[in-house]
Amino acid sequence: MSDNVEVKTLVIDGHEVSARRGQTILEVARENNIDIPTLCHLDGLSDVGACRMCLVEIAGSNKLLPSCVATVSEGMQVSTSSERLQKHRRTILELLFAERNHVCSVCVANGHCELQSLGQSQGLTHVRLPYCNPELTVDASHERFTLDHNRCILCTRCVRVCAEVEGAHVWDVMGRGIKSMIISDLHEDWGSSSCTRCGKCVQVCPTGALFDKSKVGAEHPKYPDFLPYLNLMREAR
Amino acid sequence: MSKLKLATVWLDGCSGCHMSFLDMDERLLALAELVDVVYSPLVDAKKYPDQVDIALVEGAVASVDDEKKIRKIRAHTKLLVAMGDCAVTGNVPSMRNPIGPEAILNRAYVENASAQPQIPCVVVPRLLQVVRPIHEFVKVDVFLPGCPPSADTFHTALTALATGAPLDVSALTRFGA
Repeated sequence: MSDNVEVKTLVIDGHEVSARRGQTILEVARENNIDIPTLCHLDGLSDVGACRMCLVEIAGSNKLLPSCVATVSEGMQVSTSSERLQKHRRTILELLFAERNHVCSVCVANGHCELQSLGQSQGLTHVRLPYCNPELTVDASHERFTLDHNRCILCTRCVRVCAEVEGAHVWDVMGRGIKSMIISDLHEDWGSSSCTRCGKCVQVCPTGALFDKSKVGAEHPKYPDFLPYLNLMREAR
Repeated sequence: MSKLKLATVWLDGCSGCHMSFLDMDERLLALAELVDVVYSPLVDAKKYPDQVDIALVEGAVASVDDEKKIRKIRAHTKLLVAMGDCAVTGNVPSMRNPIGPEAILNRAYVENASAQPQIPCVVVPRLLQVVRPIHEFVKVDVFLPGCPPSADTFHTALTALATGAPLDVSALTRFGA
C-alpha cells in the first residue's frame, strides 16, 4: 500500500525527513544538509554505484547500500556515518591510492583533487596496503588534453559525460577488474579518436587523470558544476 | 622535568621536510624548552643514541642502508613519526618503482654519461628493488603527511606530542600539502 504513496517519510541519522517516491537516499540526504561522501557520483550524470564511498546502513538489514542508487522507502532508517561505514570508506580510499601511482605532491591536480581531499576529510593519514606500482601509460596525443592512467580511479565520470551529455561516447572501459582501463574509441590514441574536443571529461574528472595541457602545474581547478545547468537549459528548450 | 630527546633522520627524501622544520623560526626556541635535539642532520652527533623519545623520520626506504637505519631507529625510539609524504607514502622516490633501479641507474650513469660510464657499486649502498614507505618495515606511531608538512603543522604536532595533548593530523595536513 505504502508503495503507491508519492511522499515517503524516513529517518536519516536521527532526522525525520520526507522524500518523493523514486528519489535516492543520497539526493534526500543532501537536500537535508546531511553530507554523504561521494566520488563517482556527479550531479547531472547518471549514477552507477561504482566507487562505494556513499555506502549507508539501513536498520534491519546487514547489507550496506550505495545511497546514490538506492531509493527511499517508507519508514526507512538510514545511518550515514557510523564507525563501520567510516572504516569501510577509508579502506576504499586506501585501495584506490594503492592500486595506481597517485603521487599527490607532483600531480597536476594537487590541491584540486577529490581523491586527495576525501582522504583528508575521512582521516586517512597513510595507506596500510602495499602499493601496486603498476607501469602505466600517459596519452598526450591530443592537442589540448592529456590522459594520465596513473591517476585514474575508474569512476567513469568521463565515460558518462561524453556519452550522456556530449553525445559522442568516445570514452569507454576496456578489460576487467584491476586491469580495467579507460580507452578512447576502440583503444586508439585520444588525438586521433572521434573526440569533439569539448573538454567536458576534463572538467568532471575528480583527479589529475584528465587535464588541460595549457594548465600544467599545481593550479588546475575543475568546474564540474556546469552540468546541472546545462541539463536544465536543455530540458527547458 | 627533564627534556625529551628528539632525533630527526633523513632517509630517501629531498631534505625539504627538514627545511620546513627550520621554518618554525622563533618557535624553535619555545620548542627547545621542551626537547633536546640529540641526533639530526642539523647537529653533529654521528651515532644514533640508545634512548630517543621522539624521532622524526624524513624520506622513504630506498636502499639497504635506509632499511638498516630504520630498523635501528625503531629499536631505540619510543615514538616514531613518519615525517612528510616520502616517509608516509613513498612519494617522489617511489616514482621509480614501475621502472626498477637497473633501468634508472643505467639511464643516469651509462646512457647519459659523457665520461667513464659506470654504475656506482662501491661505498654507496645497494638500492632496493622497490622504494617503500617506512611503515612497511617498522611500526610507525604518528603519520604526518605533506610535501613538506608546513611549519605550522610541525609546530602544532610537535607541541602536542611533547606535551601529550591530543593531535588530529587530518585537520593539519594531507598528502601533497
